[in-house]
Amino acid sequence: MASWGEASESRLIGKRVTRLSGKDKVTGKAKYTFDINEPGMLYGRILRSETAHATVLGIDLSEAEALPGVKAVIPLIEVGNKLRYQGQEIAAVAAETDDIAKDAIRLIYVDLEELPSVVTEADAMAADAPQIREDWAGNQSEPNVREDGDINAGFAEAAVEVEATYHTPVQTHVCLETHGHVAKWEDEQNLTVWASTQGVFGVRNDFAQHFELPANQVRVITEHMGGGFGSKFGPGIEGRTAVELSRITGKAVKLMLTRKDEHLVAGNRPSMTQQVRAGATSDGRLIAYDMKGYGTGGISSGAGFTGPYVYHVPNSRAERVNVAVNAGNQRAMRAPGHPQGAFAMDSLMDELAEKLGMDPVEFRRINDPNEVRQAQYTLGAQEIGWHRRNRVPGSGTGVKKRGMGLGSGQWGGGGGRGTEARVTINADGTVEAVTGTQDIGTGIRTVIAMIVAEEFGLDTTDVRVKVGDSQPGLPSGGSGGSQTTPSVAPVIKTAAAAAKQKLFERIAPLLEAPLGDLRVGRGTIYVVSDRTKTITWKQATGQLGMESVSEGGTWDEELRQNGAAGTQFAEVEIDTQTGALRIIKIVAVQDCGLALNRLTTESQINGGVIMGLGQAILEERFMDPQTGRMLNANLEDYKVPGTFEIPEIQSIVFDTHRKVTGVGEPPCIPTPGAIANAVYNAIGVRIRSLPITPDKILDALAEKA
Amino acid sequence: MEKFSYVNATSLEQVTSLLSESGWGEVMLIAGGTDLLAELKEYIETPKTLINLKTLPGMDSIEADASGLRIGALATVADISMHPTIQHHYTVLSQAAGSVATPQIRNVGTLGGNLCQRPRCWYYRDEATDCLKKGGDICYAVDGLSKYHAILGGDPVYIVHPSDLAPALIALGASVKIVGPEGEKSMSLEEFFTLPAANPFRENVLEPNEIVVEVSVPAPKPNTRSFYLKAREKGAPDFALSSVAGVFEMDGKTCKTASIVLGGVAPAPWRSKEAEAAVTGKMIDESVSQQAGAEAVIDAQPMNDNAYKVTLTQNLVSRAAMMAAS
Repeated sequence: MASWGEASESRLIGKRVTRLSGKDKVTGKAKYTFDINEPGMLYGRILRSETAHATVLGIDLSEAEALPGVKAVIPLIEVGNKLRYQGQEIAAVAAETDDIAKDAIRLIYVDLEELPSVVTEADAMAADAPQIREDWAGNQSEPNVREDGDINAGFAEAAVEVEATYHTPVQTHVCLETHGHVAKWEDEQNLTVWASTQGVFGVRNDFAQHFELPANQVRVITEHMGGGFGSKFGPGIEGRTAVELSRITGKAVKLMLTRKDEHLVAGNRPSMTQQVRAGATSDGRLIAYDMKGYGTGGISSGAGFTGPYVYHVPNSRAERVNVAVNAGNQRAMRAPGHPQGAFAMDSLMDELAEKLGMDPVEFRRINDPNEVRQAQYTLGAQEIGWHRRNRVPGSGTGVKKRGMGLGSGQWGGGGGRGTEARVTINADGTVEAVTGTQDIGTGIRTVIAMIVAEEFGLDTTDVRVKVGDSQPGLPSGGSGGSQTTPSVAPVIKTAAAAAKQKLFERIAPLLEAPLGDLRVGRGTIYVVSDRTKTITWKQATGQLGMESVSEGGTWDEELRQNGAAGTQFAEVEIDTQTGALRIIKIVAVQDCGLALNRLTTESQINGGVIMGLGQAILEERFMDPQTGRMLNANLEDYKVPGTFEIPEIQSIVFDTHRKVTGVGEPPCIPTPGAIANAVYNAIGVRIRSLPITPDKILDALAEKA
Repeated sequence: MEKFSYVNATSLEQVTSLLSESGWGEVMLIAGGTDLLAELKEYIETPKTLINLKTLPGMDSIEADASGLRIGALATVADISMHPTIQHHYTVLSQAAGSVATPQIRNVGTLGGNLCQRPRCWYYRDEATDCLKKGGDICYAVDGLSKYHAILGGDPVYIVHPSDLAPALIALGASVKIVGPEGEKSMSLEEFFTLPAANPFRENVLEPNEIVVEVSVPAPKPNTRSFYLKAREKGAPDFALSSVAGVFEMDGKTCKTASIVLGGVAPAPWRSKEAEAAVTGKMIDESVSQQAGAEAVIDAQPMNDNAYKVTLTQNLVSRAAMMAAS
């Protein structure tokens, strides 16, 4: 049975290994899509709607076409069709410089008949709201209802009840590298595209289908990319537009979204509003849960969120609807639905615990069926110093008050089939590992090198890893669902093992040893039954002569496992005069089975916590009901965490089994709930709406007083 | 941005002469450019000519002597924040300068630019929104989203003045030297700023052909304590939700004179004579400082989303007063 071996036997697996691309990234040598410049390349720009809802009566491209330096102008919407949100594509240009392209789109004249728009959930749900989706009755979808047990019987058993409404606003992904492509037709049948994408092969297949090309004649390259978080799976309209502009002009075209575009059209995390009534028995068992909720994913649907979450409720009913508004579509965003649901659930848990007079950790121990998290509660409480918390919320003295709270999360991350990989040993001793996955910043490139180096007794720098290119024709899935490592690592491992076996077969006769007795040492191959028979790695590979050994791998399910559990504890300090919230520390205890690279796993947890605290204390999309436009489509008023907001983060990789589970998403889930509960513990007033900003804190304190 | 021609300034006469060729917006001045470039890129301003002031000699000096400070309009925010004399004797100014934006912006942003910067209002900064400030019919913040807007002096435009240096300088009793085609003039910095009731389109009294060249600050009286308290949502970069510049001439715990100027809450830096009166001649204790806070917001008229600013400003003023006595 395949295994990753015991920790004691590992030289690299499970250790802290510096990211192989780190030096290139900090020195600027690493080339992102934004950095690609081809000879004679043109710049693409897209004219977007500033109107939230309108019918297009006419588009005049002539002035843009006449501008010197403009090489192509194409419409992206037909006359008679409707624009349904700010940012929707109207037309695109390709020009010799980005400045000319920007000037050109301002010379495109669009005749619109404005229609009434709704951009907030409340306005969309109002009785007299204009209907904005023709396929729905009103602006709400049919409710999705899930029932378990008997809630009436459950509430009859409840000793305490809580009724509350929790809200999280729309949040955008804020990828540091905006969405974009550089497209270049090599000839009429061969297309190369550099894409900032989470799915090289998915983008390749989309282009092949859309432009009616054989898939093997479309090459998509993503050597390095600056963040996707779920928003970069397909090429989008902007990707197809870049390719189309390149096709028309016969030149390479770079088309990157602006920061404003990015906020408006490149996806978002849907909002959530849920009204919950829940009950617990006098001995602290969660017994009944009744929730009605809604959220908006813009003009599309997909505004799902979890609830109940993590904790066991025998009797529950959950009813969710999607609300359509005139705003850009949601896309998957790091653990879709979970952080919103976790914030509501963990807030609710603390509210129930308080009514029961029970410690929040104890209340979770009673209701959490997950054994890993049970152990994590103990460790997390110890590391944050849970005994120091306010027994009575808000009881601290002085202007600045501190508090502690916790939250929980769960995720799958078990990976799946569909990755092809090849590990090659050359006669000169060099090694290559190739697969069509992509490194979206999580460090899979380094992990691949570690697996191969461990198998061969080499250093990670001895292994040349090639990812992020569809051309070798070794497909892999998109990097989403925390699936990359559990999908790719088993295939690399079996490919490396197979290549090693092939090499052993070649040199066993030379060493006059039975095949089963050969082992790799540190840069050597030796015979375990006779250690005098040792040759260097290069002597061994030299036996290959003019040949190489090159083997594929298979996805061995025994090497990975589904299911990651995490819990986080936060300590915060609130200035009760200014409402300023400072996060003192976050302890993040996260299980992901075998952390192949402990260093990049810790980085992943740090990143998740930072994203989670952004959602908790800063981030919110503001839509103006008067104009139908987003008011903060920038990084001034759409605030993301900076160095002042980021506290001490103690990222604890919680070891469980020695199988690989993905950890990309789960660390952002428990953070908002933990922070919200810590805020309550500090000031004794509960804020049930994210982000927890000074205005809300001051208003809450005023209400309490 | 639209195309423009770029002229290096050679003298103030040349600058005012070029400015006199047209009204607002045709010929504009650029120094650090941290505000103007964003306005150009967003098409909020579309000048035909930019005059680069950085080629004017000697306008970036900071002179300190027994009579006070003279700071050239081209002195950078960073230089002001790190000047030893300013740090020791004009603390409120040093703290205000240090709270501006980020080190990169402080390194290029200038005193003149900081005082003359345009509002951050999200309606004003949206090219497609034709708001009252830009010649349209309404201030969209009135019925719209007003979290970051004015609680004092708004009518009819509810922007807040974004400058951190202005409240600090006004609290220190600064005056500003302005040069126009007819020569130079000085006025108190407090009078330099105007409210939208007087002119909804501008934030100060500068004429289209005038330029700010220097700010003078009298030396503080002995036993003066000064502070700049700035509340914001994010450590940096972020503009003030509310800020308080307080300069207190103390005799022990008794306040002999005080000037208290608010930022981030009104379309101009907002001097609170009421708060000053509440502490002047009094021994500052908890109750006096509370009174000062309450007086500072006595005329506040919050909008839909910014009632929190009333509490916040009140508390900041009280805190500044307590700090003066501690």
